[in-house]
Amino acid sequence: MTQPFLKIEGLKRQFPQAGKPDPDPVFEDVHFGIERGQFVCVLGHSGCGKTTILNILAGLDEATAGHVIMDGREVRGPSLDRGVVFQSHALMPWLSALKNVEFAVRSRHPEWSREQVRAHAVKYLEMVHLGHAIDKKPAELSGGMKQRVGIARAFSIEPKMLLLDEPFGALDALTRGSIQSELIGIVEATKQTVFMITHDVDEAILLADRIVLMTNGPRAKIAEIVVNPMPRPRDRETLHQQPEFYPLRNHLVDFLVKRSRAFAPGADWDPKNPPLVYPGAPARAAA
Amino acid sequence: MTRNKPWLAPLLSALFFALFVGVWYLATSTTAAPVAGPAVDPEYAALLGAQAATGGQSAMPGPGEVAAKIWEHVLDPFYDRGTNDKGLGIQIGYSIARVLGGYLLAALVAIPLGFLIGMSPLVYKALDPFIQILKPISPLAWMPLALYTIKDSGISAIFVIFICSLWPMLVNTAFGVASVRREWLNVARTLEVKPIRRAFLVILPAAAPTILTGMRISIGIAWLVIVAAEMLVGGTGIGYFVWNEWNNLSITNIITAILLIGLVGMLLDHLLAWVARAISWRE
Repeated sequence: MTQPFLKIEGLKRQFPQAGKPDPDPVFEDVHFGIERGQFVCVLGHSGCGKTTILNILAGLDEATAGHVIMDGREVRGPSLDRGVVFQSHALMPWLSALKNVEFAVRSRHPEWSREQVRAHAVKYLEMVHLGHAIDKKPAELSGGMKQRVGIARAFSIEPKMLLLDEPFGALDALTRGSIQSELIGIVEATKQTVFMITHDVDEAILLADRIVLMTNGPRAKIAEIVVNPMPRPRDRETLHQQPEFYPLRNHLVDFLVKRSRAFAPGADWDPKNPPLVYPGAPARAAA
Repeated sequence: MTRNKPWLAPLLSALFFALFVGVWYLATSTTAAPVAGPAVDPEYAALLGAQAATGGQSAMPGPGEVAAKIWEHVLDPFYDRGTNDKGLGIQIGYSIARVLGGYLLAALVAIPLGFLIGMSPLVYKALDPFIQILKPISPLAWMPLALYTIKDSGISAIFVIFICSLWPMLVNTAFGVASVRREWLNVARTLEVKPIRRAFLVILPAAAPTILTGMRISIGIAWLVIVAAEMLVGGTGIGYFVWNEWNNLSITNIITAILLIGLVGMLLDHLLAWVARAISWRE
């Protein structure tokens, strides 16, 4: 069997607690894989350790047990191979949008000339439709524009994998929709492998190939991995008219509302091989 | 209300100033009346000379005399008639040179050291007790020690300025560096930014406003301390000038010097405020 591009094995994270030598892990026994070019969303409630998993993938946090293997090599510490879009955009407020992206580009390509760095940064800012605002400081940009700069910065280093930590959580619905559409466009153009955290069901349906469902913490686990049957290219406007949409959406909402809390694994549930489920797939066959 | 009348505040300032000068004038002009009865003991007058002959008249000048004196200094700020009679321009020049010397030396030590302390919680904890004890010491308390070890009064004054400017810059730099937002450091980590580049391109600009606040506090304290220090070491400087004029009982000169001290202090503060605005960032 060939190894997936990214493989997570037996991941567990405990945070030290006063007076407890062996505190409850936030999550444990987490196994899953991501194929090259796949868009994977993790869906779960707050406190299930989604962000911690992402931080471990980014190399910003260390697992208590288990390991992450990307492209045949174990992930140890942060690397330019994995670009991160932070929840709070994390732009440096003393730099303009362009300089923020240039800072990343120069880190990736220290040998490039000033013109090369600039041209590359501008290209990615134009990709998120910010060509007109490159000289503005983050304080002069709206929330959506800041997050676009964050996305441009992460894409500009052309990482092997992109990690997005609820990037649209703080945005209004309209802005979120337009940036999601931009993200789809860029991901399709660049064939980027993406790992994204969200708690928005519709966002997961729109963007993901696979949706990893996590139970509530502590001791969160992967309950199952939903294979998204929605055909591509996807369009936010017409998505809900597809026959697969509602069965899939109901399945996900049902999980978040009920099963994430009281997850009772069956006898055949194996954490090393979380079951793949195909909600909505029969709907198209029936239609 | 003040929004559409921008001239209101300056007008009020001018009014306060006029009021102050008026009160001052009235308070100093009444003593001109001849004193009834025995004026001055003749023997006392013989001892003191002309000064005493004026009788009970106060040495406190009126606004007119001070204005005339100021004008005199403005016309000839750089005269030099021996050790005890130099122009105000020369004296303030000495003071500014000492303050800048001690201050820049302090910045040279405090900012790199503060960086180090801010970056390492261990160094922070280890040096904290020393800073806590050294910080509240009046800089003038160091003066005898400085005079004994350095043996040069001019350099001792610079040392006193150094020691008093050091702490605010050190503490603020350490605090600014230690409280750089985690997310910016994480961005630098995920971009594999090398330590030197991270220090200069992420931590320094992030901490710059806090560092500048410390520098502004320091220059204020340094300017306060230089007057006292120069009164002690003597020789040159605006502090020595004030002390010398006290010995001459020239209140007019003292008031002129006081105004000049305030003016220069304000300029120094504004200079740093301007730098602080230039490097500050808004989120």
